[in-house]
This record gives sequence, C-alpha cells and structure tokens, in this order.
Amino acid sequence: MNMPDLAKLIFGRLTLEAIPYHEPILVGTFIMVAIGGIALLALITRAKLWGYLWSEWFTSIDHKKIGIMYMVFGIVMLLRGFADALMMRAQQAVAFNGNPGFLPPHHYDQIFTAHGVIMIFFVAMPLVTGLMNYVVPLQIGARDVAFPFLNNFSFWMTVAGGLLVMASLFVGEFARTGWLAYPPLSGLAQSPDVGVDYYIWSLQVAGVGTTLSGINLIATIVKMRAPGMSMMKMPIFTWTSLCTNVLIVAAFPVLTAVLVLLSLDRYAGTNFFTNDFGGNAMMYVNLIWIWGHPEVYILVLPVFGVFSEVVSTFSRKRLFGYASMVYATVVITVLSYLVWLHHFFTMGSGASVNSFFGITTMIISIPTGAKIFNWLFTMYRGRIHFEVPMLWTVGFMITFVIGGMTGVMLAVPPADFLLHNSLFLIAHFHNVIIGGVIFGLFAGINYWFPKAFGYKLDPFWGKCSFWFWLVGFYLAFMPLYVLGFMGVTRRMNHFEDPSLAIWFRIAAFGAVLIALGIGSFLVQLWVSYKRRDELRDVTGDPWHGRTLEWSTSSPPPEYNFAFTPIIHESDAWWDMKERNAGRRTDGYLPIHMPKNTSAGIIIAGFAFVLGFAMIWHMFLIAGIAFVALLVTAIGHTFNYKRDYHIPADVVARTEAARTEELAAHV
Amino acid sequence: MKMLRGLLIPALALLLSGCDAVLLSPSGDIARQQRDLIIISVVLMLIIIVPVIAMTLIFAWKYRASNEAARAEYSPDWNHSTVLELLIWAAPLLIIIALGAVTWTSTHKLDPYRPLEQVSQGRALAPGTKPLVVEVVALDWKWLFLYPEQGIATVNEMAAPVDRPIEFHITASTVMNAFFVPSLAGMIYAMPGMETKLHAIMNKTGDFEGISANYSGAGFSDMRFRFHSLSDADFDAWVAKAKASADQLGREDYLKLEQPSEKEPVHYYGTVTPGLYNAILNRCVESNRMCMNDMAALDARGGQGVVGAYNVTSLDAATRARVGLADARQRYVGALCVGNGTAGQPMTPAGRPL
Repeated sequence: MNMPDLAKLIFGRLTLEAIPYHEPILVGTFIMVAIGGIALLALITRAKLWGYLWSEWFTSIDHKKIGIMYMVFGIVMLLRGFADALMMRAQQAVAFNGNPGFLPPHHYDQIFTAHGVIMIFFVAMPLVTGLMNYVVPLQIGARDVAFPFLNNFSFWMTVAGGLLVMASLFVGEFARTGWLAYPPLSGLAQSPDVGVDYYIWSLQVAGVGTTLSGINLIATIVKMRAPGMSMMKMPIFTWTSLCTNVLIVAAFPVLTAVLVLLSLDRYAGTNFFTNDFGGNAMMYVNLIWIWGHPEVYILVLPVFGVFSEVVSTFSRKRLFGYASMVYATVVITVLSYLVWLHHFFTMGSGASVNSFFGITTMIISIPTGAKIFNWLFTMYRGRIHFEVPMLWTVGFMITFVIGGMTGVMLAVPPADFLLHNSLFLIAHFHNVIIGGVIFGLFAGINYWFPKAFGYKLDPFWGKCSFWFWLVGFYLAFMPLYVLGFMGVTRRMNHFEDPSLAIWFRIAAFGAVLIALGIGSFLVQLWVSYKRRDELRDVTGDPWHGRTLEWSTSSPPPEYNFAFTPIIHESDAWWDMKERNAGRRTDGYLPIHMPKNTSAGIIIAGFAFVLGFAMIWHMFLIAGIAFVALLVTAIGHTFNYKRDYHIPADVVARTEAARTEELAAHV
Repeated sequence: MKMLRGLLIPALALLLSGCDAVLLSPSGDIARQQRDLIIISVVLMLIIIVPVIAMTLIFAWKYRASNEAARAEYSPDWNHSTVLELLIWAAPLLIIIALGAVTWTSTHKLDPYRPLEQVSQGRALAPGTKPLVVEVVALDWKWLFLYPEQGIATVNEMAAPVDRPIEFHITASTVMNAFFVPSLAGMIYAMPGMETKLHAIMNKTGDFEGISANYSGAGFSDMRFRFHSLSDADFDAWVAKAKASADQLGREDYLKLEQPSEKEPVHYYGTVTPGLYNAILNRCVESNRMCMNDMAALDARGGQGVVGAYNVTSLDAATRARVGLADARQRYVGALCVGNGTAGQPMTPAGRPL
C-alpha cells in the first residue's frame, strides 16, 4: 500500500487544508479558546482537581450532580451561541449600500446555522434537561432517577454532540443550510463538504442522549413517586416534565430517522430527498417538522412548570386551577403533534389542508391562554414578593402574550404568505423562546440555586441581569417585527435599501444589552460565590416553598431524603409545615444507592470518535470506534458492582449535623 | 371592524413612519386582502391581550407584599372558582372560533391556486378575461421568467400590465427558493421537480421589488429582481423590446444559464425553445434524460418491465457529471432512448403500446 492510500485510509478526507488558518476571525477565536482552555486545564492540574472531578462529577450517577453538569454545559454553549448572534447582528448593522460587511456568505451562512443548532440543541435542551434532572426526583420524594447510569450516559452523549459542533469551528466547517438543513440544499450535490455531516452526526449523537434521558425521566415520574403522591397530587413542574419527556420519546425518533435517511443519501447514494431518481425533498420537510414542532413544546412546557412553582411560592398562595393547569398541559402535548404543517403553508398545500393546520395551531392558544389566566389568578389576592425569580415571571407573562399574539397571526395561512420567512417570524420565535424558555430558565436557576448550593444568588446582580435581558430583548426584536412588515426576509447577508439600517442598528444595540445581561448573570454567580456566607440558607427552605424539594437540606445529601416522605396533599411540603409535621431524627436504616461508573463517559467518548470519523470518511477509525463502543457497552452489563449501602450510622451523622444546624439557626 | 381598522392603520402607520412598510401599504389586491387579515387577527387578539397585560401589571402592583392595604384580601388557600375557570377557557375559545371562521374562509378565498374573481375591492373582473401566464424558474442565484404567450424570456426582470390577472407557474432548478413580490402577493416556494402556482394582480403602475424569500445558498442575498407594473401600451412596448433581442433561449443556452452565478444583470431573450418550461419542471432539459412525467407514466402502468428495459439506457458521461454522479459506481436508470430527437416522447417498441 502506498503512502497516499494509507493516509486516505486513516485520515479519510481530512487534510491540513481543513484547518481554517486563512480566516482571521477563526484564528483569533482559536487562540482565545486555546489560551482560555490551557489556563483552565493548568488551574485544574495545579489545584490537583482531576481526581476529584473524575470521581465526584464525571463518573457520578447522582441526578443532582448530573443536573448541575447539564446546566454548566448549557451556559458554556450559550456563550458560543450568543457570540454567533452578536456577529450576525454586527454584520447586518453594517452591510448596506454595497458594503459587504465583515462576514462573507461562506462564513455568515455557517454562523446562522450554528446559532440555531446550538441555541436549540445545546443551550435550551441541556438547560431544560438539567433543571428536570435536578428537581424532579426531589419533587417526587425519590432518591435518584429510575436508571442512574443511563442518566450519566445521556449527559455525556449530549456533551459529545456539542463537542462535534465545536470541533467544526476549527477543523473543517459547519453546515451552510439553515438550522433544519432542508434538502436539496443539504444534499450531496449542493453541500458536498463536511458541514452537513457535522450537523447530522452532532445531532445524532446528542439525540441518543436526549431520547434516553426522556425514557429515564418518564420511568422515574411514573414509578418512583413517594407513597401517597397520586398523579393529581404531583407538583406542576413534575407534570410539565412528564409531558415534555413523553414528547421527547415520541418525537426524537422521527428526527433520528429523518437524519438517517439524509445520511443514506449522502453516504450510500440513496435518493430519498434528491431532485432526481424519484427523491422528494418535501418528505424531509414534513418529517423534520413532525419532530420540530413538538420540540418547541419540549422546551416551553417545563418552563411553564417553573413559572407555576414560582408564582405560587412568591405569591404565598396555592396555585389557582391546578386541575385545569394539568389538563391544559396535556392538551398542549397532544395538539403539538397536529400542527407541524404551519411551518410550510407556503409550499403549495391546498386550502383545506392549510386551514386545518392553521386552526389546530390557533387552538393551542386556548390552553396556553388558560395557563396565563391561572398564573394571573394565582397572583390575585396573594402577597407577592418580588424576588428575582418572580421578576422573571412577570417579565415573561407580559412578553410571552405578545409572542403568542404574533404566533397566531402567523397561523392564519394567507397572512403567513406575507410573513413567512420574514424577520417578523424571527422576532416571533425569539419572542417566545427568549420571553418564554430563557426567562423561565433564569427564573428556575435563581429559584433552585439555593437548593443546589446552599446559598442564594446575589439579588442585585440578578436584577441587573433581568433588566438588561428584558430591555435588551425588546430593543433587539421589536425592530425585527417592524422590518418584517417592511418585507425584509431572514438569513440575508447584506442589503440594498439604506433606510433599513437604523432598525438593524437598534437591534444590534439590543443585542449588546443582552450581552450585558449574560455578563451580569456570570458576575452574579461569581459575586454570590464570594458572598456565600452572607447569602447562606441553612433551613433548606429559603423561599417558604411548597413542594418536597424544600423539605430536605440545601444542598441535599446524596440520598436526598433520610426517610421517604408520605404525601397527603398536592403542595406536600406546605401541608407538612401547616400540620407542624416534625422531622424524624431517629431510627435510620441503611440506604441503598447506585454506584458511580465511568462507562458513560467512555462510551460517549467513543461515540464522539465515531461521529468525527464518519464526518471525515475515516471509515477504518469509525469501525474501530463503533466496535469499541459496543464492547464497552456490553462489558458494562457484566459489571455487577452497581450499588452499595450508605450505613445507618453515616445517615445518622449527616442528619444529626443538619439537626444541629437547624437548631443553631432558630 | 371597519372602524377599528380605520383606527389601527393610522396607528400602525404612525409607528412605522419614516420607513416604508410595504406589507402595510401593498399595491396588489391579493396583498391588500392579506394585509387586512393581519389587521383583523391583531384586533381580535388584542381583545384578550390588552386586558391580560393590564391585569398582570395591576395585580403585580396591587398585591405586592409591601402593600399593607391589600393584606386584608390575602387568601392563601383560594385556588378554585368554577365561574372563573369557565371564563378563562371560554374567552380564548370564543376568540379562536371567530378567528378560525375567518381563517377557513380567507384561506380558501386567497388560495394561491384559485383564479381571481376581482380586479380590486369593488371592481369585478370582466367576464372572459384571460390571465397573463408567466412561468418562473428560480435558478442559482437569479430568476428566469418565461412568457409563453409572448414567446420571450427574461432574467431578473419581469413586467405585467396593471389590473390584469397574472397566473404564475413556479419551479426551480436545484434548491428551494421562495418567489416573493411583497407589494403584489404573499410568497410561494419555488422547488425543483415541483410546480406551485400563484394568482395575483397589481393595481398600481410602478417599479417594485421581488426577492427570494427562502435561503438558497451563497448568492441568495443578491437574488433580486424588478417587477414592472405597466399600462397596456407600455407592456406591449416592453414585450417588443424583449422580442427585439437577438438572443435565443434553447436547451443548451438554458443549461449554461442554469450554472450558479451571482448579481446577474437583466437579460432578454427574443425567442424561446417551445416546451422548455416543461422540460425544466420535469428535469429533462438534456435531450437524453427521461422526463419525470414520463417516468411517472411508466410507473403508473406498472413500472418498467420489458417495455421499460427497452426504453432505458444509462446516462452519458457529461450528464453523469452534471447530476453529481461522476464518481459513482452504480449505474442509474435515468435516460430514455428517443427516436425522433426530441426528449419527452418515449419510443414505442413495435406492437407494444406504451
């Protein structure tokens, strides 16, 4: 075998040319990432933290630690996704009158694709999953999720997918197709390079994690609730999490399947979505939106749950209309499967088909509207404490109804003919995703942070973050609504009409304010860590909470609850406090717990190699990685040392320490 | 509704003053009706949105913990009221019933496939008016317009007589685009191997902008064209100008034009090979490729079988390269033996009716 053949066998189509050293922006980014990365690694090494990180975090199967790792991953990816957003806003603020701006289409088109993919799959999804992971077992009085190892594996698969996207920055390039990669543009004939393959493999690898995590949480909620907690006594956040995970399990296989078909077109020469030989791109568009629309509700339902918890806690009042809240959630879950075609009214469906999907879309606004009213009447006759989570909630209620209104406008097919693909549409979905999902995530982070770390987040920087985000959001996206009415469409690299410039510049200014909002959040984390002794909460219940997670210490012990609680009422903890149910302090038993394992991170590591090798057509390495992955997974099934018991005296010591702390506090 | 619309349009106009909000001041009857729908739906929804926003602010202020005046009202366990629950489900339901009815009727009335019934509001179409047929092809990255009646073709510029219905037949060469003249009517996708239709009419003369509204690759941002709405006489003059062009658009010329290019200048073709649009739509501009509709006809007769085997041969090297199969090892069925030199007509073996 001669040298070129050998190189091709090992490296596939990866050559030195794939490293974008001729792109100054990317080289600059790479240098910054490299310096930051090396500094971080050096710090960890100097502090001798590797062993600690590996044994206490990376291999941990504790749902709380995995939840926190999801949040950290989501926040890191938010910085990347937002950097893309700033570059787009900057490009569109200057590219007028023949000025091409600083990003040529080849680069710009990758940026808007990466922005969408990262924000949905690697920011919103991990943050939402992280919250559910952390909170759900605590809310239902469980000691962990149903399948603790699977939970760790799911997390690392998500990270492996994210790393593939990040790798595309410095090795090769990302897709230039828009975030859903419609063929024929994403087909081999139009996109022969590695961009779309990065897209496919990062989503496939992360998708395994998401699907498994969905199965895991469904099993947890269905099977592991504390005795007495019937379905209609579950906390509302647990309800919305259940519905979200049902959606995940039903929707993500469709995404996997459609991406497999696209891969077959690209790797095996099939013709599912090609122009010639009987392919049909419309099939892809239908399938991807059959996943894509439920995906929107996968993101927003859990934060509806967050708002429900926050509103009732900070209004010091029971949630108004618990039952109708549950039914509304279930109705949304079902309806979310009946609306996908509204994403392509303009692709020539008949009038009756378009009307059907338009009207089903509008019907979703009925349960959503009911939810908004329920939150309103929870505030009504309450005593509202405007802590940071509540600020986010009020900001959400006002912002989200505007997004809901513009959404229904887009649901009227003839109106959509004018507004489809316009900046009005961009403004609409950022209005609901930022005003809904992101606001909800910040509310949730501020709300549950003291539970996870034992001290509250600093309220001053929290308020700064809120106001920068709120004002920044309106300045960044209201101009886009206006531009939509001016007939400006999405994904434009440069413009002819100079009168548009002012609106884009306002939007860019808004994006800068949002950047300050993100900065304030990071400062908030740092300042809170510095001031952790002043912000300390020893009660475990800093907000006068209502649900079970507030009954245990902050942070909770690894076994969550020394005794499995017995549930009588829907707001279980509030009910216990009302009845002065004391905390039992004797008669501890050994607690059966799952044991940490490194299998998850190793399998996910092989999945990363497999994905990377497939992207670059290194089929030999891909084969080896695939076999290694299978061998590790099968080998792991022979690991019988999966559990251990926390001895009763250790539990007794831990609980005694808490008793002392509580006594000292009162 | 009329009164509300009267109030809202100036309000929106004020909001958007200083900019040219083309969607709110359209020049074609279809775009105008679509604009009206936007306004109707906004007004209907504001009935519920405004009170919600107001209530949020009022409740947040009134029931703040520091407001001692509201302490007496505090009722921590109040969580249900049948009347309120009925109301909060019924109010959005009623709005959606109203909006749903509007949606059903307007979607059918403004179906882009449906021939027009009026010139503009209150002006019925003269009976027997024939629409101007324009065939639109989205290429990488420019627009090709074919006028079958006039026998001309243009690139990146089109024209139509004012107040005459236009019937667009729309397809594309390689990827998806969306055909959009904001002043005229809402957009419709242009997709390879598929045809979409749009019926529209322009009620004002002038020079309007047309764009591709769906991202289609590197040259997308410059994929613009001019839409000239002209008086009948001016339109005739425009046609004559195009006809005077010595350039012809034959199959070979089209294959050259189809190659990707950006910022293509306006161009006229005085003559066009008959059947070109159908060949583009059915992906058989090359004379040795089987047309999709012929393939579909074969399939409808139960597939290829003996007849098919006779009709089929493999692609030649040039065509293989063009459709991205230069390196592929597979042999694709993709060409048709033609007897008389024109594609699109399957040859019939003796005694075997096709």
